[in-house]
Amino acid sequence: MSVNLTLLIIMGALYACGIYLILERSLTRVLLGLMLLANATNLLILATGGYAGLAPLYSKDIAAGDYSDPLPQALILTSIVISFAVTAFMLGIIYRTWVLARRDEIQADIEDLRVAETPSFDAEDDAEVPAETSEFPMATVLAGGREIPAEQAAAEEKPGSENITPGPEEGGK
Amino acid sequence: MNLASLAPLAVVLPIVGAALTFLLIRHSRAQRVVSILLLSLTLLLECLLLASVWDGGTAAVSIGGWLPPWGIVMVVDQFSSLMLVVSSAVSLAVLVYATGQGMADGDQDAPVSIFHPTYLILVAGVSNAFLSGDLFNLYVGFEILLTASYVLMTLGGTGPRIRAGVTYVVVSVVSSVLFLISIAMVYGATGTVNMADLAMKLGELDQGTRTLLHVMLLVAFGIKAAVFPLSFWLPDSYPTAPAPVTAVFAGLLTKVGVYAMVRTETLLFPGDSLNTPLMVAALLTMVVGILGALAQSDIKRLLSFTLVSHIGYMVFGLAMSSAAGLGAAVFYVAHHITIQTSLFLVTGLIERRGGSSSVDRLGGLAKLSPLLALLFFIPAMNLAGIPPFSGFLGKVGLMQAGIELGTPLAYVLVIGGVLTSLLTLLAVARVWNRAFWRRPSDAEHPDPVLLAPAAGRADGPGAKRNTVTLLPRTMVGSTVGLVVLGLALTVFAGPLFTVSDQAARDMLDRTSYIHAVLGGNIDVPMVATPGGGK
Repeated sequence: MSVNLTLLIIMGALYACGIYLILERSLTRVLLGLMLLANATNLLILATGGYAGLAPLYSKDIAAGDYSDPLPQALILTSIVISFAVTAFMLGIIYRTWVLARRDEIQADIEDLRVAETPSFDAEDDAEVPAETSEFPMATVLAGGREIPAEQAAAEEKPGSENITPGPEEGGK
Repeated sequence: MNLASLAPLAVVLPIVGAALTFLLIRHSRAQRVVSILLLSLTLLLECLLLASVWDGGTAAVSIGGWLPPWGIVMVVDQFSSLMLVVSSAVSLAVLVYATGQGMADGDQDAPVSIFHPTYLILVAGVSNAFLSGDLFNLYVGFEILLTASYVLMTLGGTGPRIRAGVTYVVVSVVSSVLFLISIAMVYGATGTVNMADLAMKLGELDQGTRTLLHVMLLVAFGIKAAVFPLSFWLPDSYPTAPAPVTAVFAGLLTKVGVYAMVRTETLLFPGDSLNTPLMVAALLTMVVGILGALAQSDIKRLLSFTLVSHIGYMVFGLAMSSAAGLGAAVFYVAHHITIQTSLFLVTGLIERRGGSSSVDRLGGLAKLSPLLALLFFIPAMNLAGIPPFSGFLGKVGLMQAGIELGTPLAYVLVIGGVLTSLLTLLAVARVWNRAFWRRPSDAEHPDPVLLAPAAGRADGPGAKRNTVTLLPRTMVGSTVGLVVLGLALTVFAGPLFTVSDQAARDMLDRTSYIHAVLGGNIDVPMVATPGGGK
């Protein structure tokens, strides 16, 4: 099977640009990247058919090897239709993102961030401040003989916390 | 004419239904009737297909009279017809549930009226993928179901759904492009995309090319099936969709990926060349997935992580490439589709009754609605693999196959599987303790709906919410139906295991598949033995 070098080089360039673009955070660039990837793949499918031959219309005088392979072209046609539909849909949701958030950017998952920021996780005691079930008042917590705000107390329990302010009894050290 | 020649109807009927419901877009009652009717017909047809291959045997239909390997074929064997029946039964239950939700909330106007046509197209895509005997038709099936799922995922176009939808669409498109690249390379190497024909020709390629094609296909399907490390898109995108949509995605979409992986491993690339990496991936999928679940406080997200984790079991069964392991994996797929979907449906009910799906805001549901508690408890224990449920039976099958195999890695996986099962129990028990068992007032941020009955009766202070039915009968009914189906899988586990074992043996043998597609007078090449060779 012979291959067309020009096609291959173009395909490689399209893949390279496409991969670069889908790694961006801007949605429009991601969309452009996906379109380039889809088109590069179409070229790849075309390349599997070998060099172009005669149109695949049957005639008795033509040897089988002289025809173009029609199957890759049928495959490409299908894949063009599919990528067209997906592109249209992507444009729709990019526009919707713009309408909703005024930003053309992939947004971080809030719940992921919450889990990532949760320090040492305990299944039952993971409330950030002493929970409502506590008999102590919400606002302050008695610790080391002094009352400190509950939120600060919770922050001190987190490993790596730099919020710890030394109490008066150990201030000199 | 035999029964199997009706197989294309499993794809055509839902598409006809989609067209009809699209025409009836302004008449929601007619829409519901048409979609439920056509999906029931599809289910009936698929039951007939399963019955026709129940005792073994494979049938192939050439679409449009074009003979394989040139034309498109649809292949009905035990595995594909079992998957069809389970998936259609589950999608019918979800459709009834969604209809109930729509009726309860009153969705007279767009865009929810687009739900029915899109949903039926999704079902058609799933059926097409299961039936396809042709790599490119499999791709088309994937695209049909993915495109429908993009629409369902972003239904209503709210902020969180669009955000999740973007991740989902981009990841799915990339995996589809990878799949298409693999198809192009397979075609370039062999000159065919018919799977039976490929099974004959791929063995003649040299080892390097074959491994490349094998890895490419597995990566493409691995993204769709959410196998670690390709699984991170799933828990980000599934939970934001409407409850019935999440349920059907969780049940079906990843399993189509698993189905494609099974076909790749057994039909196209038999032998054990990539079994070790697959086993490692299975172990990591199980353990990392379930550790993620433990960190979640939202039930939907937690279930999405257990979904990823339990894909690991199926990959484990597949990676053993023994009849026992594969049979257990087939059984496990059928079990998991049903159970995972029913858990998501119950979560939808919890969200309606308790006002939230976050365990920090829930409490006291067991007292408030004992039926809901039962509906959650049974599939949750089933998922965790507590005897005597089908989850336990499936896991025991996998463990037995692993010990039979006897390699050190298999033992590690067996231990990992048991550990994952225990951690799953811990995860669902946490949900149970917090959402159902404790007093609502003990919740970290209790939802006002739950505190209302404490002041009076349930229909007293909460009466201003009465415009919305909290637990519509249709929704509860379909959830009960699905939970009962899960229990039926337990009761009829014997016959089901017989049929999945036989399906596994047929798939490993490949003869009946190839003979059904290409004709009976072809010598099937022997499976490559460990260490190469033809």
